Amino acid sequence: MSAKVRSAPTVVKEPGVKTSAPESPSTLPIWKRLLSPLSSLRLTVLLLAFGVLVVFFGTLAQTDDGLYLAQNRYFRSWFSTWSPLSEGWRWIVLPLPGGYLLGVLLLANLVAAHAVRFKFTWKKSGILLSHLGVVLLLVGQLATDMLARESRMTFTEGEWRNYSEDFSACELAVISDAPGDNMAEVVAIPDRFLRTGETIREDRLPFSVRISQWLPNSEPIFRAPRATNGPPQATQGISQRFDFISVPETHKMDEKNVQTAIVELTDAGGKSLGSWALSVWAGEPAMAKSARTSWFRRFSRGDAGGEDSQARSLAGQLYTFLTAPQTVTVGGKPYTLTLRPKRYYQPFTLQLIKSTHEVYRGTDIPKNFQSRVLIDNPSRHERREVNIYMNNPLRYAGLTYFQYQMGRDEFFSSPVAHSVLQVVKNPSWLTPYVGCALVAGGLLVQFSIHLTLFVRRRVAA
Amino acid sequence: MKKHLPWILCAGFAVWFLSTLVGPTDKGLAWEQLARIPVVNGGRHQPFESLARNALVQIRDRYSHYDLAEERTVTAVEWLAEVLFDNERASHRKVFRVDHPELVSLLKLPLKNDEKDPAKREDGKHYSWAQIISEENVAALQRESERVSAKESSQQNAFDQAVRKLSSALSLYNGLQSSARPRDVQNYGQFLSQFARSLDSGATLRETLRAKYAGKEIPKDNNDPLLRIGGQVLVAADRESESGERTPSKIPLLLPPDGTEDWSRVNSRLAAIRGGELLPRALLAWANLGDSFAARDTNRFNAELRDYGDWVRTTFPADADHAANEVFFNRMAPFYAAMTIYVVALLLALAYWFNFEGWIREASFSLVGLAFTIHTVGLIYRMVLQGRPPVTNLYSSAIFIGWGAIGLGMVLERFWKNAIGLVVGSFLGFVTLVIAHNLALDGDTMEMMRAVLDTNFWLATHVVIVTLGYASTFVAGFLAIVYVLRGVFSRGLDAATQRAMARMVYGIICFATLFSFTGTVLGGIWADQSWGRFWGWDAKENGALIIVLWNALILHARWGGIVRERGIMNLAIAGNIVTSWSWFGVNMLGVGLHSYGFLNGAFQTLAAFVISQLVLIGLGCLPLRYWRSFAGNSSASATSNRPTGVKPGRTTTATA
Repeated sequence: MSAKVRSAPTVVKEPGVKTSAPESPSTLPIWKRLLSPLSSLRLTVLLLAFGVLVVFFGTLAQTDDGLYLAQNRYFRSWFSTWSPLSEGWRWIVLPLPGGYLLGVLLLANLVAAHAVRFKFTWKKSGILLSHLGVVLLLVGQLATDMLARESRMTFTEGEWRNYSEDFSACELAVISDAPGDNMAEVVAIPDRFLRTGETIREDRLPFSVRISQWLPNSEPIFRAPRATNGPPQATQGISQRFDFISVPETHKMDEKNVQTAIVELTDAGGKSLGSWALSVWAGEPAMAKSARTSWFRRFSRGDAGGEDSQARSLAGQLYTFLTAPQTVTVGGKPYTLTLRPKRYYQPFTLQLIKSTHEVYRGTDIPKNFQSRVLIDNPSRHERREVNIYMNNPLRYAGLTYFQYQMGRDEFFSSPVAHSVLQVVKNPSWLTPYVGCALVAGGLLVQFSIHLTLFVRRRVAA
Repeated sequence: MKKHLPWILCAGFAVWFLSTLVGPTDKGLAWEQLARIPVVNGGRHQPFESLARNALVQIRDRYSHYDLAEERTVTAVEWLAEVLFDNERASHRKVFRVDHPELVSLLKLPLKNDEKDPAKREDGKHYSWAQIISEENVAALQRESERVSAKESSQQNAFDQAVRKLSSALSLYNGLQSSARPRDVQNYGQFLSQFARSLDSGATLRETLRAKYAGKEIPKDNNDPLLRIGGQVLVAADRESESGERTPSKIPLLLPPDGTEDWSRVNSRLAAIRGGELLPRALLAWANLGDSFAARDTNRFNAELRDYGDWVRTTFPADADHAANEVFFNRMAPFYAAMTIYVVALLLALAYWFNFEGWIREASFSLVGLAFTIHTVGLIYRMVLQGRPPVTNLYSSAIFIGWGAIGLGMVLERFWKNAIGLVVGSFLGFVTLVIAHNLALDGDTMEMMRAVLDTNFWLATHVVIVTLGYASTFVAGFLAIVYVLRGVFSRGLDAATQRAMARMVYGIICFATLFSFTGTVLGGIWADQSWGRFWGWDAKENGALIIVLWNALILHARWGGIVRERGIMNLAIAGNIVTSWSWFGVNMLGVGLHSYGFLNGAFQTLAAFVISQLVLIGLGCLPLRYWRSFAGNSSASATSNRPTGVKPGRTTTATA
């Protein structure tokens, strides 16, 4: 009947005050004395607290800024500030350290702490191991940040590609025939040079390119014949049929900015060769097709089914206008101008053999996306087929291909399926695997040591 | 006597639980037979009963319906049978829950009254299809839902959400109404035979109609039944085959493969039948069931059901078995039983603190053990039914967090035997099961996994481990709450308990760090496997990272001597905020890859929880002279090592 409350009436050391008593500072070598402020646990705790804040506000900001922008502002930066979303509270400005600053300081703190204070004992082997893992994770993430590159490869069944395309960056490509079979010479101007008012001169081109207008995000508007909608934006090419209007830039995950440049070409003698509207709407097939589908939808809306063919032919015609090649001939040689997503070439080709898109019976819930792809790599004498599907990427030649999306071009009455692969180049992809194993193993060792000691004491008591 | 009390109590609850496993026997219509008929919905094979329960819960927030006019409970199976076969009767059942007063007044629905005549009684919350669907109301709802759907979900207010919920309930009901037979068909059997006869040989319905009316004007009066109802069939079939925005996924597939490749919907199947073909066995069965149900012909209904049941069991044994097992699982309701027992165990464990009688603690412990066993059985049964690891969605994460918390609580109790592990474990078990119950109101909790999640390996490793991380962080946080509450409001926090609790919290935080770190990084590896990036700063990833950072912070602060016992307790309580943010908060942002479903109304609950935790931290920060456990002692006593030879529990009872 007596209540048993276990208590150990012995004097037990208060947990939490077991700071390792440092050697008196004057006896320390000079480098240790210099490092010791950097090695303090107080700094660790402070940095971790800031880490919590930065990650929290960086997540909140995603609702407004979108993932990409928020990531750059809060995590890939040295300093940042956060302000509330609602208008009335915008005056509140919270300064925060950026992800790089925290990462570097944490790394320095960790290394310094081990250099100054840490003495190896088996009892502490777990701590050492897991901290080594943390170092690897931090360094690996930094390396990924600097070295990794993501791009996309979009193709329909039967098509082949020897390049992938950047999701946001574009380039102004000037394409001309090159000597040799089926070869073309491409001069690609990266989009960082494409700013309103810039003039680009390039030795390999017999003309200079002046950017008279740069639209970071745009929409094509068809110029209805004989309607009074002002002069065209340029003198040549598709600008006669389309106006490209500026629209606000988007930061949403599932939307992209579609750039347009109005350019004027001048030959070596300073004579104008005319001006052109170059747009990613025309230069990226997927965008041109999506424009065609939305025109088709708009034309056929509200009409009975019979009108579909008319809407289809009208949309098809606009598509032909939009994607008509734009060329300039200088010195008898034609040059094709296009604004297209930035390309990354690879020394082999992939061909989409078949794309499979399964849903659960009677639903829209995707069950499986799969692309069957032919790898053709003459330099390695390889020619083989492979399946890429969700959670089963293809790792090949330092690149990794992931099944990203599948879609159908609903413009055609029998829709054509296309597949989008995400192409990732990340030389340090293995570091998180090793880092994770080290930290988890270290924690496991450390806590097991604690636990066995504790259980042994408990049993003895 | 008291020695045996724990076992008597435990046996009593065990008997109660086992007694629920025995299903009711049918008097009259064979509901139990109907419940077991397999169907496919949302891509998932399930019994008719699950279809009915999950539909009713989306409409009414309950798994059964209490009918005010008839003064009895209508089961989900009976309700769905009425919806499928007896439109008239079903349309007067007041099953649509309309809570928002402005929506009630917009639709001019009657308010609560206490009429003597049961038929005229209104409860002011539930309305029938017939009451809601007037021409005027349909237009008003249409207008409102167009306005709401233009808004982002995070901008919608309570009224908007009520509109959205009612619209989706109405569309679900509307889909169900015509899922067993074409709209406007009165005598189903007669219609089918007439239908089969009027098809041209070898031609489908569409081809027959085309041939019949080729070049002719379609008669205005629509006297031709084939045209009148056939037209409805074709419209419905076309809608069923559509995908995209107007997804037909709310219409169940009632017909098993029978001359077709896969399960099919009734209208689509009718549209595919060619003249001269035999009608599918299942279609005839549903027609007979419908007609006999509408005519209230119990014998014919039961006989047909028996026949069809036998046929399904021999032809599709796997589906029939699966359906029967799931009906058993629905009946067992293990999480509801566990929830009830956790409450009793919690009350007993709390009672032990006021009256240190050993048997109370033992009783509580054995009840927690019983409930934990039932909880575990439920978890495993679900895993087997679904063929998946335990955590597949938010609902199952709640169940698993509860399970993990109880497990840890029981381990703590075995070591310390002071009922603290029991209180924390049974409290968390109860609360998480309540949360799970509310999450289940959205419909099927065993929905199919999207392609990217369709990997048992990562679900079993990343998801399970990260969820255990949540569970252990919560356990540490609630232990700390017990510390603060007992310290401030009672004299029960003596030195021994303090020490014990400090160790518990520290140990659990170590566990939490290990689990949350490993789980988070495994998530990163999964992301690397499926998208090619280890870390993408996705909202849910960030939430998990915050938990890891927070736990690491607590450990380093302790190792550095920056905080002591009380500081650790306060930090651990803050860990509750951090974990609830990661578990639910990030889903409310509506961004990122993990935002599966915006949680209506959950925001207020989360905010209230966060505030309560801040209040507790405030209490924990009170100077020690305000803590009852330390009042009268010097303020240093909280951290001193007062030897306690006396039994501290006794002093508590003396003063409490």
